Amino acid sequence: MQEILQNFFNLEIYYEVAPYLLRGLWMTLFLSAIVIPVGLASGLLIGVLSVTLKARWARFLLATYIDIFRALPPLYLLIFIYFGTPFLGLDLPKLLAVVIGFMLNNSSYYGEIFRAGLESVPKGQMEAARSTGLSSFQTLRWVQIPQATRNVMPDLISNTLEVVKMTTLASAVAMPELLRVARDAQSLFYNPSPIVLAALIYLALLWPVVRLLSRLEHRKLGGGG
Amino acid sequence: MDFQALIFSFFNLEIVRDYWPDIVRGMAVTIELGFLVSVTGVVVGLLLAMVRALQIKTLSFFIICFADILRAVPPLVVIMILFFAFPYIQVSMSAFVATWLSLSLVLAAFAEEICWAGIVSVPKGQAEAARSTGLSWWQSMCFVVVPQALRLTVAPLTNRVIAITKSTALGSVVGLSEVLNNSQSAMSVSGNATPLMMGALGCLIIFVPVVLLGRWTETRFRWKQ
Repeated sequence: MQEILQNFFNLEIYYEVAPYLLRGLWMTLFLSAIVIPVGLASGLLIGVLSVTLKARWARFLLATYIDIFRALPPLYLLIFIYFGTPFLGLDLPKLLAVVIGFMLNNSSYYGEIFRAGLESVPKGQMEAARSTGLSSFQTLRWVQIPQATRNVMPDLISNTLEVVKMTTLASAVAMPELLRVARDAQSLFYNPSPIVLAALIYLALLWPVVRLLSRLEHRKLGGGG
Repeated sequence: MDFQALIFSFFNLEIVRDYWPDIVRGMAVTIELGFLVSVTGVVVGLLLAMVRALQIKTLSFFIICFADILRAVPPLVVIMILFFAFPYIQVSMSAFVATWLSLSLVLAAFAEEICWAGIVSVPKGQAEAARSTGLSWWQSMCFVVVPQALRLTVAPLTNRVIAITKSTALGSVVGLSEVLNNSQSAMSVSGNATPLMMGALGCLIIFVPVVLLGRWTETRFRWKQ
C-alpha cells in the first residue's frame, strides 16, 4: 500500500510537476481546439459529397478515400506523415504533421456520421424547401444540415471524445502535450506519479462527457422499448 | 523532387526484398493481438453487463466506475501506466501483455456500456415470462434477454471492436514488434521510406476487410429509430 502511494500518488511530486503538466494540458487543449474544428469541417464536406455526388467514379473515389483512412490506424498516419515527408524533401513542422494526420482520419469518421445524419432527414424536407424557392445550397445549409446534425449529435459527441483522447498520439512525435510532459517528468523524477496524475487530469476533463454520452445512448436504445 | 527519386525512396524493390519478412512478422503480431483483444474485451464486457443486471448496488457501483474511468482515459495513457508505472510496484509485464491487457480493459469498458444499454432495452416482461416458465435467473439472462439485447448491440459493438483493433498500433510506443514498429525500425535501418509504404499496405490488407465488415453489419443490423 505504502509502495503504491509512494509511486502512484506521491503528493510531493504532484506538487512539483503540476506546473509542467498544466503546460502540457494547455497544449492538449490547443491541439484539440485545432483538430476538432478541422475534423468537423472536412467531415461535413465529405458527408455532403457522399449524399450529393452522383457520378459513379466520383462515388467510388470517395468511398475508397473514406475506407482507406478508416482502415489506417491514426498513429500510423501520423508517423507516416512526420517521418515519411522528409524523404520527399519536405520538412513539415510537428504541428502541421499532427493536424494533417488527424484530419485524414477524422474527415472519414466525421464524414460517415454526417452522411448517416443527412440520409436520416426525410426527402420531403428537401422537396418542401426547394419548392419554397430556396436554392439547393440554401436547402442544404438551412434545412438539411441542421436537422442532420441534431439527429447524429450523440455520435458527433462520441467521436469528438475520441479525438481529444487521440491527441495523446502526438506524444509519439515529441509534441509536448499532457502525456508527453508526464512521461518526461517520470524519467526526471524516477517516479511514475506524473503519468498517474496525467491520467487523473484526463479523467477530470473527459468524465463529464462520458456521463453525458451514457445518458444519450440509453435514451437512443431504451426510448422505443 | 523528381520521379526517379520518389520511386527510390518510397517504392524501392531492393528494400522490399530485404525487409518484407519483418513486415509480415509484424502483421502476424498485429493480427494475433487484435484477435485476442477483441475476444477478451467483448467477453469481459458482456459478463460485466450481466453482473450489473443482478442489480447488487456495490457491484454495480464498481462496474460503473470501471467503465467510466476506462472510457475517459486515453488508451495510450493506460498502456503507459501498465508498462512504465507498474514495474515500480513490482508488477512487470512484456510489451505484448501490457498492450493486450490495456486494450482489453478499454474495450471491456465500452462493451459493458453497450451491452448494458442493450439489456435495459429488452422489455422487462421478457425476463419475467422466462422466469415464470421455471428458468433460473442466469438461464433467463443467457437464453432470453442477452440474445435479444445482442441483436441491437451488434453494430455499435462491431464499430468499437474495429476501433480498438486499430489501436494495436499503440503497442509500438512501448516497443511491441507489431507492423508499425517493424516498418519504422526498418525505415531507420535502411534510411529509406519504402518500409513505411509496406507497413501501410500491411495495415490496409489487415484492416480494409474489417472496415468493410463493419459497414456491412451497420446496414444489416441497423438500430431501429
